[in-house]
Amino acid sequence: MAQNYYQKEIETMPVEEMKKLQSEKLVKQVKHVYENVPYYRNLMDEKGVKPEDIKGIEDLHKLPFLTKADLRDAYPYGLLAKPLDDCVRIQSTSGTTGRRVVAFYTQKDVDLWEDCCARAIVAAGGSNKDVCQVAYGYGLFTGGPGLNGGSHKVGCLTLPMSSGNTERQIQFMTDLKATILCCTPSYAAYIGETLKEQGYKPEDIPLKAGIFGAEPWTEEMRKGIEATLGIKAYDIYGLTETTGPGVSFECSEQTGMHVNEDHFYAEIIDPDTGEVLPEGSKGELVFTSLDKEAFPLLRYRTRDICVLSRKKCSCGRTLIKMAKPMGRTDDMLIIRGVNVFPSQIETVLLNEGYEPNYQIVVDRKNNTDTFEVNVEMTVEKFTDKVSEVLAMEKSLANAMKAMLGINPSVHLVAPKSIARSEGKAVRVIDKRKLI
Amino acid sequence: MAIKQLTVFVENKQGTLVSVTEALSKHDVNIRALSIAETQDFGMLRLIVNDNETAEKVLTEAGYLIKITDVVGVKIGDAPGKLSGALSVLDEKKINMDYLYAFMSRTEKHAYVVIRVEDNAATEKALEEAGYHTITEADICKL
Repeated sequence: MAQNYYQKEIETMPVEEMKKLQSEKLVKQVKHVYENVPYYRNLMDEKGVKPEDIKGIEDLHKLPFLTKADLRDAYPYGLLAKPLDDCVRIQSTSGTTGRRVVAFYTQKDVDLWEDCCARAIVAAGGSNKDVCQVAYGYGLFTGGPGLNGGSHKVGCLTLPMSSGNTERQIQFMTDLKATILCCTPSYAAYIGETLKEQGYKPEDIPLKAGIFGAEPWTEEMRKGIEATLGIKAYDIYGLTETTGPGVSFECSEQTGMHVNEDHFYAEIIDPDTGEVLPEGSKGELVFTSLDKEAFPLLRYRTRDICVLSRKKCSCGRTLIKMAKPMGRTDDMLIIRGVNVFPSQIETVLLNEGYEPNYQIVVDRKNNTDTFEVNVEMTVEKFTDKVSEVLAMEKSLANAMKAMLGINPSVHLVAPKSIARSEGKAVRVIDKRKLI
Repeated sequence: MAIKQLTVFVENKQGTLVSVTEALSKHDVNIRALSIAETQDFGMLRLIVNDNETAEKVLTEAGYLIKITDVVGVKIGDAPGKLSGALSVLDEKKINMDYLYAFMSRTEKHAYVVIRVEDNAATEKALEEAGYHTITEADICKL
């Protein structure tokens, strides 16, 4: 298959040249951050590192890490490196203990992000002849805006559907002959099942490729989606803290995701010691934004467990590849593409006057994540009226929806009924078995 | 005057009702009336018993969530039309009921209705004025 690239020079750049480019960008970036972000300057000063100490990418390990806790402490403007006058966009994601992560973008930042998404679309076979249906959520969530921008850059006819309203998705897909679908893998599977129920065979569906991300999915799921929709399904990875989708993307080889390492430098570290591990080791994935202006996170710990590989790729890209993340070093769950921390549930319960005795049960039924929260009823709240208990469940679900952005189904259960193992309650039961 | 009702929060799990009723019988608590409201997730077992204090103690110690509520108990004749007569009194006074259930007496030929309303005093007054006899805790023990 003939290979197309969106930015061939970068995507196929010899490794040594890439390293030189990364080094140049890093030296400038560290200076920019040190001068404009007092929060990070303090971290560097505490560690005794000066911008002059960073002469190239080989010095990166000298810099301090940033974590989700830093984002929380620095909320909202503490990590901003440009005047707000120069910023044109924010995107946001939920954070731990309820405080959101807010990322800022200058126009240049938006452009480089959209370039990254454009590379992903071209790698999936996209061109200006394609009709690209973006069924990720639009809004604060990065999925919709990112792929929408990438699709424009490639010159695809873009269908900005956002998520949901499956009937309308199918109508636009079939009437306007969409050839590329971008959404979460679970939504792709759901659309596929719905098409099948309506009698569509894979060959009747105009799609040829799909770019699916924002949540974990398995090879089995990929095969299922590819068979039902009659397409090739490509993985895409990203996080709001770094930029959004497009930090890395899959090519036709489908054996890992090429990291857009001219913008985002990837490291694998030992999550306990912080030590950088050699290529091929399993550890925590860390990203450094090499040229983002407004929200340039240096050495941001993603908490994703991952492996990097420089093995030659048949697609011709020389960009380093990352495996599908194999788990997390924290307790974050991804439910219907949304980041959920158990501590957020705990915050809601305390706010609403409940004891923090709860259990989250996540499963996947009909290709959609189910999200249940069992909460122990308290003596103070208990009433003899069923309607009042149902209203309490409803109001808890609403408070959780307000905190998380997705709707759980809340069940009040008897006190002490939530399973405890060795005295410690099991807070999360994830039955999805994705890895 | 009103009577006391014990509500027990029970999960829809096998054996729950057996263990609640067994705990009560072991301590000689006699159940006069019982009703269950159920939803998909949980049930509410509502009980009128001869010894509230013991029942509450025993069930709380067994780890159950208990709520004691005052409810209205009214004696009605055991014949067709008697219940609707009592209910129409409440209807005329625009008294809304949350729920009700009925039971029979062993000793007398009478039926009793347990009614959950917001204002017990007003409900009892309305029923008494219409000639119905509302019962007290003392009556429950004698039944």
